[in-house]
Amino acid sequence: MNDVQKLKFYQKGTLTVGNRLVNEAERNVQASQARSNSLTSGHRACQGCGEALGARYAIDAAMRATSNQLIAVNATGCLEVFTTPYPETSWQMPWLHSLFGNAAAVATGVAAAMRVTKRDDVRVVAQGGDGGTTDIGFGCLSGMFERNDDVLYICYDNEGYMNTGVQRSSATPPTARTATTPALGKEPGNVFGTGKFVPKIAVAHEIPYVATASVADLHDLEAKVTKAMGIRGARYIQINVPCPLGWGAASHDTIKLARLAIETGLFPIFEAEHGRLTNVRKIRQKIPVLEYLKLQRRFAHLLKGGYEDPRVQRLQKIADRRIEEYGLLEEAA
Amino acid sequence: MLKQMEGSKAMAQAIALCRPQVVCAYPITPQTHIVEGLGELVRLGELENCEFINVESEFAALSVAIGASAAGARSYTATASQGLLFMAEAVYNAAGLGLPIVMTLGNRAIGAPINIWNDHSDAMAMRESGWIQLFAETNQEAVDLHIIAFRLAEELSVPTMVCVDGFILTHAVERIDIPEQANVDAYLPPYEPMQVLDPADPISIGAMVGPDAFTEVRYLQYYKQQLALKLIEDLSTDFAARFGREARGLLRTYQAEDADLIVIAMGSINGTIKDVIDEMRADGLSIGLVTLTTFRPFPVEALNAALAQAKDVLVIDKSLDVGMGGPLASNVGVALREMPRPPRLHSAIVGLGGRPALKTSLHRLFRQATVQPWSGPHFLDLNERVIAREIHRRGKARRAGPTAEAILKQLEIERVAKI
Repeated sequence: MNDVQKLKFYQKGTLTVGNRLVNEAERNVQASQARSNSLTSGHRACQGCGEALGARYAIDAAMRATSNQLIAVNATGCLEVFTTPYPETSWQMPWLHSLFGNAAAVATGVAAAMRVTKRDDVRVVAQGGDGGTTDIGFGCLSGMFERNDDVLYICYDNEGYMNTGVQRSSATPPTARTATTPALGKEPGNVFGTGKFVPKIAVAHEIPYVATASVADLHDLEAKVTKAMGIRGARYIQINVPCPLGWGAASHDTIKLARLAIETGLFPIFEAEHGRLTNVRKIRQKIPVLEYLKLQRRFAHLLKGGYEDPRVQRLQKIADRRIEEYGLLEEAA
Repeated sequence: MLKQMEGSKAMAQAIALCRPQVVCAYPITPQTHIVEGLGELVRLGELENCEFINVESEFAALSVAIGASAAGARSYTATASQGLLFMAEAVYNAAGLGLPIVMTLGNRAIGAPINIWNDHSDAMAMRESGWIQLFAETNQEAVDLHIIAFRLAEELSVPTMVCVDGFILTHAVERIDIPEQANVDAYLPPYEPMQVLDPADPISIGAMVGPDAFTEVRYLQYYKQQLALKLIEDLSTDFAARFGREARGLLRTYQAEDADLIVIAMGSINGTIKDVIDEMRADGLSIGLVTLTTFRPFPVEALNAALAQAKDVLVIDKSLDVGMGGPLASNVGVALREMPRPPRLHSAIVGLGGRPALKTSLHRLFRQATVQPWSGPHFLDLNERVIAREIHRRGKARRAGPTAEAILKQLEIERVAKI
């Protein structure tokens, strides 16, 4: 991938490398006819669903990295519901759903079964949304990290309980309107707070690998999943996946919003190994948070009083702090 | 081989003989010695090819077992009381997925008020979860039932709970015969699930099922439990033949054939009841006992056959369905409806939160059942004075708020009055 970055051949208007411009070995998994199509077409996700896109890329990359020797455990949530309405399934791989809050523990059990039945080559990935990860499944997630079980846990973070009708989760950003933080009263929308940024908590467990990724950079997403599958022990990847329905955004803006989340600094893209930050994706042009907010109706109440709303400034400060904390800005040449 | 040992240790050895491949451990009194014992056997290398996993909660314990079982490993865990309730969602899930997990339940009361001692509230709280529930009377039976449970669970693909009275069994040192490994291996073949998570043959397990098929899924669970009624008898017979020791199947009777009054009970209390029956028989009373080993599925036919000649039935419940009465009594009541001439049903609540079931109290209770029958549940050895005082006190003013402390205060008043 490093060679790719040096080429600096970016598609116009984006920061992603055009697949046709790199040599075949560096092309992404989705570009290959040999991709596994583990999450195959025909599922019932909404138009423009970031989670479906993220899951497709992540799981196909994990499949390639393990020569298709992979089992997926899924928390309850959109991804589970839209892929497996009985008697149909979109999963062309062994797949298990148990409960909302136990995906990490179930994955631990699957991994243990693989070890004890001498099928060590079969790897395990657990996946869930932010509700199933940062809230109800957090105890099991932390337990799996602490034991360093051989599981890659992928959190598809769309910043709310979208499956149940867009309620607030601990990953919902401040001020955002959800069904349980309505844009009503003196302080409309979600309360101001720091929220719960689980990648940082995962790093604090000093597990072998933690990364954040985005559907705005699918090359990077695939590379991180591939890297994660090359490591044994507990691994965590949180993927920012915009939700057109929950965010009140146009379905054609999913990638744009994911990119803006990165370029504003609100969603830092990094890697950490054994508790230490090892890699950060720099922002090439810092974009004001307003550009990100104004595409989403969940923030519409902030914009009624004009662009000078102090809440917008507070959100900008959050972005600025993350840029500083993770060193996201490219140094001036 | 006969050995003098603690019940929990004996159960750990019996479970190890069943060669579990994944054991999930989380401490909760009074089951903890069982998983500790298994942990030791794994560390010592006496239980080989077993993943012993220390988890962060009971919810995780059963969730890990769910993952392991679905991926083809024989899985085991143990819990009690609050732990069972904390994993409740996974208890139902394991049953719905048809995973043959075996779990020991060291029966203990449920709070509030917090109480670590024995009763059957925990098992009763999960009686509708879809697990088979077996109750041991002695530690020898606890050992034997675990071996039967693994085979039963795997033949039907239904999770099975072995219920053993906390402390009374788990911490009691008794003479126990631990079976030989070769005999257990011959009785219990390796776990070979019909379907398993396997990249070579990918399947999706745990799909969302709507109104179109949900009733059918549940019916099949019901059907499997009905099959269990016969299978438990067959497996018990097979067990007896191989191990040279009676296994008790669905239920067993004691002095019940010609008895006018039959007592029904589950678990360790049956030992005390048998002593009382011996004494009352010596006094010329026509009294017998039915000990239920299998509570789920509920053995209606076998029970009614055992009660065919009885005039009165007295059900001992070690738990309380607060708005209803004794759950076992409720179940027996349903079974009696199938009888042409059903006996009278009497219900008693005994031994809640570890209160000892004294022989003198049971004597009185059994005599009263035929002479002065009562309606509704009778609470054995209830401190009537304390209750009367507290009810009187509450009657004087509307009172909202916690109750346990008020009862303790009344007990203290009584204690001081005695001095």
